Amino acid sequence: MVPSVDIRKDLRRRFSTLGESAVEWAIRLCGWSAILFVFAIFLFVFREGAPVLFRELDLKEFFTSVNWRPDSTIRPQFGILALLAGTASVTALAMAISVPAGFASAIFISEFCGPKAREALKIIIELLAAIPSVVWGFIGYMVLNPVIIWTTGAPIGINILNGGIILALMSVPIIMSVGEDALKAVPDSYREAALALGASRWQLTTRVLLPAARNGLLAAALLGVGRAVGETMAVLMATGHSVRIPHSVLDPVRTLTATIAAELGETVEGGTHYRVLFVIGSLLMIISLITNLTADLIVRGVKGRQRT
Amino acid sequence: MSVEAGLFAPGPIERRKRLIERAAHVTLLLTTAALILPLLAILAYLVVKAWPVLSWSFLVENPKNYMTAGGIWAALVGTLDVVVLSLAIAAPIGVLAGVYLNEYARENWLTRLVNLAVVNLAGVPSIVHALFGVGVFVLMAGFGRSIVAASCTLAIMTLPVIITSTTEALAAVPFAFREACWNLGASRWQTIRTIVLPNATSGILTGVILQVSRAAGETAPILFTGAVFYVAVPDSGLASFFPYGLRDPFMALSYHLFTISTQVTGASDALAYGTAVVLIALVLTVNLVSIVFRVRLRSRRKW
Repeated sequence: MVPSVDIRKDLRRRFSTLGESAVEWAIRLCGWSAILFVFAIFLFVFREGAPVLFRELDLKEFFTSVNWRPDSTIRPQFGILALLAGTASVTALAMAISVPAGFASAIFISEFCGPKAREALKIIIELLAAIPSVVWGFIGYMVLNPVIIWTTGAPIGINILNGGIILALMSVPIIMSVGEDALKAVPDSYREAALALGASRWQLTTRVLLPAARNGLLAAALLGVGRAVGETMAVLMATGHSVRIPHSVLDPVRTLTATIAAELGETVEGGTHYRVLFVIGSLLMIISLITNLTADLIVRGVKGRQRT
Repeated sequence: MSVEAGLFAPGPIERRKRLIERAAHVTLLLTTAALILPLLAILAYLVVKAWPVLSWSFLVENPKNYMTAGGIWAALVGTLDVVVLSLAIAAPIGVLAGVYLNEYARENWLTRLVNLAVVNLAGVPSIVHALFGVGVFVLMAGFGRSIVAASCTLAIMTLPVIITSTTEALAAVPFAFREACWNLGASRWQTIRTIVLPNATSGILTGVILQVSRAAGETAPILFTGAVFYVAVPDSGLASFFPYGLRDPFMALSYHLFTISTQVTGASDALAYGTAVVLIALVLTVNLVSIVFRVRLRSRRKW
């Protein structure tokens, strides 16, 4: 018996609606996967670190001791103060360079140059942003290292100054592009009003645009900080490996990220050292969550205000 | 000078304003130039230092003599494999997630949560991705240090950017297109499949292509999930094109650059510079392709 045309049509329709709802569910699941991954990463990294976090690890020592001796056979010590100082010093130097420079070029590109030059500059900056971090590390290690030794007379050129410059160059593109977006988001009527009052472009920028775009610029700086704190390969190669509190910008330091990268390969799975590295990973994750959420809230605040 | 000309000549305040304006302009220009020009100089320097080894045989030869001679073929193939596999995982999930966010998601707490998750996933430090990859893919899933484990780790890392760029590409398709299609009786998915996605293809591809360069350049996530110091790879024949199985550890260009510049002694610097230049060239070419794509797309847009 051949089913009649009507039944076949009906069957086909049923299959297509079935297929369609399957596709829609697949789409929903993929959409929610981002939440899944973030939670999975956090839970997993935390879970691997948790056994030592609540038992063996002396939290006071963890945050206040400068002694990082994970391999000591007598008494391994896990104090990350020197690593925190390393991350903080390199990030601070990088931001001291890249925030003013990034803002300056954002202002230049958004307010002071013509459309053709703007397009070209944005493409160049985009290409610079694409250079992998290991290449930046390589530049620090091979190119900047002798330059720093030659100019400052430091015994080693792989130090805070080197890492700071490299990280600054790496975070300029993000600071610049987010900063430029923030300036672009200021309504043109503000510009017209200021120009009509006889303001020069510089006066317009300093007295009108910068205050109006304050939040967006703050978010740009925060994203730069987030990128600098989380950066691994470049600091691993360019800042050196000495775990101690730095006294000058010419001291080599070790950052939190570089410590994980340098030591995870040597640890025993499930051992204390292995787990402590995961605790450091959780700490990095928390830092990045806080910076990103704050930056997001600030940007969202900007957008929300503009709509009204 | 006549009295009238004196009246309309710029006064001291105006002159000071113009002076500051000029100075500001020059300073900003110089700052921007100071960010870009030294970098171009450094890139040129890298090419000059790499010049002695740059040749076709550098690309297609395997490393020799404990990595102190020879080329980078094994690393190049490894990088290509990982990039292809990680995007094969990330692109479908990312594009569908983008479709969800732009076409299905309503304005509610769940959507806000998804958006927050995407933002945060994009901000997770690469070394934390590596920790996750080690724990979940290498140990828990039992992939070992392998191409699969490294690709999965990279896939999660590239996912948020693919989601964001897809959402943007879809949002650029005018809403009227969808309304017209719905009015013809098409269902939601039919509309997306036949109208929305085809019109957003170039935009989506631009985003995916950009992630090729990101996946090729990242080192930290593959550091403990699969990339290794050295793998002996067939020198010629078909086998040299597919040297790695899915469960094999592999060599990657980015990790190779790290090892030969910091850990191999006795290698000439030119090898390291050569590897760096190839990596940069690869990444910049991919990015240029994506930029050209975007520019053409913008000029061809029908609406």
